[in-house]
Amino acid sequence: MPRSTFVYVTYIRTTPERLWSALTDPEFQEQYWFGVRCESEWTPGSSWTMIHPDGHVSDTGEIIESDPPRRLVIRWRHQDQAELRAEGDALCTMELEPAGPAVKLTITHTIDREHSTVIKTVSSGWPSVLSNLKSLLETGSSILRAKDVK
Amino acid sequence: MAKDPRDADLLFHALADPSRRKLLDLLYVRDGRTLAELCEHVDMTRQGVTQHLDILEEATLVATVRRGREKLHYLNPIPLQDIYSRWIVKFERPRLKALDNLKRRLEERAHA
Repeated sequence: MPRSTFVYVTYIRTTPERLWSALTDPEFQEQYWFGVRCESEWTPGSSWTMIHPDGHVSDTGEIIESDPPRRLVIRWRHQDQAELRAEGDALCTMELEPAGPAVKLTITHTIDREHSTVIKTVSSGWPSVLSNLKSLLETGSSILRAKDVK
Repeated sequence: MAKDPRDADLLFHALADPSRRKLLDLLYVRDGRTLAELCEHVDMTRQGVTQHLDILEEATLVATVRRGREKLHYLNPIPLQDIYSRWIVKFERPRLKALDNLKRRLEERAHA
């Protein structure tokens, strides 16, 4: 099946439990996700919503799998731009594996179509978010502020 | 994992080779490629490409996913973002600040 995927990997010196909490706690997310928060019950079947600082909802979806602190799968649909919404649902999988003194975080984002604009769009945002998350968990402060990101 | 996965030496060592940068460029154009597909585009033995990919994977510049018997290679930009955050942003910021101050002073003078 033709599909578009990106796979991002980062090693963060923390515990799987702390990382899981950082990925699922809206208060914590705001600190590394440039003010964005994701609200959900984080249990299979529960809804998932991405909310911006101005209250605007850009993406919605559903939790497909939740196995704390190991694996989280979100069905993810962009709501803002018609072109992106028309591509349908993407799947975002987050896997946490202990790796020595660190945790290996693998984020895979997939959609069942070639040359997906959704995948291109979300993939451009993840690196700075993950870099900030890593910095926040390891040093207690995030490096990049929203205005540093072009 | 025996080595510190964050080891910056691994990262800079991995980048300090034209063949490995070529492999990263190929994955940038289109990732999710197998070893065989990558071999088609470079003038290297299969063994050579495998060794370079191992070094890139150890430095986390390449992430792999198994699909049946195939291993697909993806470009992982996260360590490059870390270099940007660690080595570029903090050096850039004072300069941007200085430019901003200059602009403000000149504009203030223009309005005075």
